[in-house]
Amino acid sequence: MARTRSKRRQQLEQVVMYPLDWVEERSGIVGALHYFLFRKVPRDTNWFHTLGSATLTAFIVQLVTGVILAFYYKPSPNEAYASIQMITNDLTLGWLVRGMHRWGASVFIILLFLHLGRVFLFGAYKYPRELNWLVGVLLLALAMLEGFTGYLLPWDQTSYWATVVGINLNATAPFAGPFLSDFLRGGQEIGTNTLSIFYSMHMLLIPGALIGLITLHLYLVIRLGVTSPPWSDDPAGEEREEVVTAKRGLVEPRPRGNGGPPE
Amino acid sequence: MADELERPEHRESEPHLPSPTIWPFAFAGAVALILLGLIVSLTITAIGVVLAVVFGFLWIRDVTRDLRGEPEPVEAPAPVVVEEEEGVEPERYTRSKFLEASTLGLGAAIGGIVTVPVLGFAVAPAFVGQGHPDVDLGPLDSYPEGEWLIATFTSVPEDGAVSRRTAFVRNNGLRNEVPSFTIISNRCVHLGCPTQPQGPPGEAQDVETSKEPVTLQPTQPSGFGCPCHGGAYDIEGNRTAGPPVRALDRFEYSIIDGSLWLGAPYSVGSVEGQGADAIVTRYDAADPGVHVDGPEQIFYPYVP
Repeated sequence: MARTRSKRRQQLEQVVMYPLDWVEERSGIVGALHYFLFRKVPRDTNWFHTLGSATLTAFIVQLVTGVILAFYYKPSPNEAYASIQMITNDLTLGWLVRGMHRWGASVFIILLFLHLGRVFLFGAYKYPRELNWLVGVLLLALAMLEGFTGYLLPWDQTSYWATVVGINLNATAPFAGPFLSDFLRGGQEIGTNTLSIFYSMHMLLIPGALIGLITLHLYLVIRLGVTSPPWSDDPAGEEREEVVTAKRGLVEPRPRGNGGPPE
Repeated sequence: MADELERPEHRESEPHLPSPTIWPFAFAGAVALILLGLIVSLTITAIGVVLAVVFGFLWIRDVTRDLRGEPEPVEAPAPVVVEEEEGVEPERYTRSKFLEASTLGLGAAIGGIVTVPVLGFAVAPAFVGQGHPDVDLGPLDSYPEGEWLIATFTSVPEDGAVSRRTAFVRNNGLRNEVPSFTIISNRCVHLGCPTQPQGPPGEAQDVETSKEPVTLQPTQPSGFGCPCHGGAYDIEGNRTAGPPVRALDRFEYSIIDGSLWLGAPYSVGSVEGQGADAIVTRYDAADPGVHVDGPEQIFYPYVP
């Protein structure tokens, strides 16, 4: 009796696993996903380590709600305000999706700063993770640029004048300032092109760059591993035993006592 | 080529390679010339056809040399430089290295050819062909002497409401028998918010012009103030308080067929005197927040 049940279970398992096996044999994606989800992390990781994933989740929420809002938003000076009113007041659940995008933007920035604070206070920016800190700084700058460009889109008095002030702030920056402000306005005055320039940057250019950099950020996290907290007995990372050279992709024994990062 | 030399004599069983020839490249060039000529001029096409026939003939002649039993021209063997060191292979420029370099080079060239115009289009329109079209502000009768009017106008009619701008206009009367106006931009020179006249507003009325109608509203201001960050200006636009860095911008004007026409804006360092006799230090139009005079002009912003 027990024998048949186990046999039946075996058959069932085969049926369930068949599509996954099929995909794995042809792509290796299942194994890669398994490696990503079940990789080893330090023993005493804690809730602070979830801030990065939380930020990623907030970003995905922004992506999804933003795409849906783009179905109905019209980026032209004569229609933008009316289309936002239509989304908020007339469309079924439009108020919800717009609200998620509007408040989610603040959540995204807040989580970014909390994540940054966690990385700073845990010393997770140190060797060999410096590059990931730099990528993170770029992500922070791009996220704030998303906030700046997105703020104009409701096209009401607040957003219009806030953007006027924001662009003029840029104009006083050294070197590129005056050129930057002309570029953002699409000319010397805010005109018909300004809104579509901001819209295009907000929904295409910057999100594209964000997705690319987040991919790089995650790749580095997986490659270098999660940092253990400062109070942990686990090492946060270790110095490589070899010197890695980009040209030959070869490793050589590290000369002790000179070169390389501090011990 | 180097591989070729080391290879033993071809056997009949091995695939037979045609002798090397340069003419396919020339032939391809001639075909490209034909295609170019189709767009540019038929003369070029004709030249291309002639060249294609000539090079095609030479190509065929080279390829069929073996079949026709002619001997292959033998190049004088280059003197072989023997490396002094034992066991060190002389560095060779191999076929795979050439292909690697040409693939990368071609990819870079294609990328550059595509990217440059696209980047140019992304950036250039904001800088090229920019200007301020003149705006008809209505007949001179609408501007009583010595009174301030808030004029709201459409600066670019085809752009519509987004190009609505406001200026403060005062008719200063005649100076040397020429009408004199003071036209101050309402744009705060701190960060570009709209300044307001500090005084009771009168009743607004629309005035017909040769283009879009202009809204005129009389007012008796004691000065101008900005609601955003508290910048304050006197009646001639000089800064009296707050963060602004210079006097309010002004507009050029002209009088055409009895109408007041608004010209290009310009920036003002400071104004001395009042009304028609005011002496205005004039600079090219600058963004708000930009110093036009004094030592600060070098640093805010620093543009080499």
